[in-house]
Amino acid sequence: MITREDVEHISWLASIKIEDEEKDELVEHFNTILEYFQQLDEVDTKGVKPTYRVVDLANIFREDAAGESLSQDQALKNAPRTENGYFKSPRIV
Amino acid sequence: MLSELKDRLKAESCEEYLCRLFEKIEKSSLNAFTTLAKESALKEARLFDKNPGRGLLAGVPIAIKGSISTKGIETNCSSRILRGYIPPYDAHVIERLKAEGAIIVGKTNMDEFAMGTSTETSCFGPTKNPWDRACVPGGSSGGSAAVVAGGEAPCSLGSDTGGSVRCPASFCGIVGLKPTYGLVSRYGLVAYANSLEQIGPLTHTVEDTALLMEAISGHDERDSTSAEGARHSYLPGLEDGVAGLKIGIPKEYFGEGVNKDVEKAVWEAIATLESIGASWQEISLPHTRYALAAYYVIAMSEASSNLARFDGLRYGERMGEDKDWHTTFSEIRAKGFGPEVKRRIMLGTYALSAGYYGRYYLKALQVRTLIKEDFLCAFKDVDLLASPTMPIPAFKIGERINDPLSLYMADVFTVPINLAGVPAISVPCGFAGHLPVGLQLIGPHFCEATVLRTAQAFEAATPFHEAKPEVI
Repeated sequence: MITREDVEHISWLASIKIEDEEKDELVEHFNTILEYFQQLDEVDTKGVKPTYRVVDLANIFREDAAGESLSQDQALKNAPRTENGYFKSPRIV
Repeated sequence: MLSELKDRLKAESCEEYLCRLFEKIEKSSLNAFTTLAKESALKEARLFDKNPGRGLLAGVPIAIKGSISTKGIETNCSSRILRGYIPPYDAHVIERLKAEGAIIVGKTNMDEFAMGTSTETSCFGPTKNPWDRACVPGGSSGGSAAVVAGGEAPCSLGSDTGGSVRCPASFCGIVGLKPTYGLVSRYGLVAYANSLEQIGPLTHTVEDTALLMEAISGHDERDSTSAEGARHSYLPGLEDGVAGLKIGIPKEYFGEGVNKDVEKAVWEAIATLESIGASWQEISLPHTRYALAAYYVIAMSEASSNLARFDGLRYGERMGEDKDWHTTFSEIRAKGFGPEVKRRIMLGTYALSAGYYGRYYLKALQVRTLIKEDFLCAFKDVDLLASPTMPIPAFKIGERINDPLSLYMADVFTVPINLAGVPAISVPCGFAGHLPVGLQLIGPHFCEATVLRTAQAFEAATPFHEAKPEVI
């Protein structure tokens, strides 16, 4: 069972702020959906390998050659806040 | 359709054709386009009129889903957090379309970040179904399907993570293909659940879908899951018919929960295929009932990781005063994402969090293996599978949006295909009342040619692709 405290913890992990009045509905939706997910417990998966990708491609290599890339101006064009040619982030410390 | 249109555009004027198209779009009440590229499209049309190229799609107007990057044209995934984002580069499929002479007319509405079955989770409001404006067009590529069905573009591209091309094709009475995973490059597709999704065409006819597949499929080294090998041609052999073809009918895809009119239309379609030379037998995909849960665990887990990049720092909407790092991003994400996207990111975060990884995510990946094996096993006995695309016809706008689980349930016949990575097409096969019904044809990995050939034979034997909604 998911509780209000669980929802607050998940909100912190997911970096999505939630308001107090949203919490009860989230608890209800999460519990309904997770209860549905629990039917997976019925399946015997002993010895079954997980499928991370459906096509058998792994470790695709390419030449380590320099190619064209975005210019600094193009890369910064969509950034809402920039300073001296850099993305401007909030203070970290 | 497209081949006649190409001839017409050459004989007449592409610019005039596009002007009439934009006039129609601007008067439309479908809410299917979110961004129009009128100026650049008309410029391309004038160039075409002066010197028509020889590309596969020379002069053909096309609409593009809002999750596929288009250089210089806003690509916002119908999410507030990406409003105003103008990609500095084209997706691989857009490069290919442009190389073949296609003209991009605009970007289409969708469920926010492709998370939905109805196009109702868009920050721009729902798109309306051209067959009944009180109904949803399906989703998540609802805008891309509605513009084709409503005559606002002759063809479009969508993306399909758990049915997002086939569902709206079914609800809007058109053709939609989800290719084999790895056949079409995902470079430039804004990722939702990257191990499941493929870009696919939405068109009026099977031949048009084959034509678009010729243009967009093929290897691209910028997508590490792109299949290697030479590009395929899908037009030769399209008319070869279905004589001797063995079709499997998965018994789990019929019965409880399936609308009676939908089931009737699909059985009639199977009878039609039989009358033109195919045979059918019942088969079983025993793990079908677990596909929906496995799909949603995997899709939500991947979404929680893929959507971590949206923080308002490099692109998108940055709101309010900066506070500390975590608070700033948490507030931007709270305002920028809609309720369904938040729900999926948070549930995915939970499923991947310490102590639950094995219980949900790993378990779902193991069930995925069993579902894929169900398909591989079935394809030892038959060439193709046939089923309803959706268990129901289009439902009313607002009817299911407040009950997430009931909305997820509608995806029951489309998600297993993405889990297995096989190709599947939805083609119109009749009506439930006044609303279209889609027949789903599923093939083995990389057997698009068989899927398309069968769909083509069915289309040639039936009138459903000619039915058009009343234009208002």
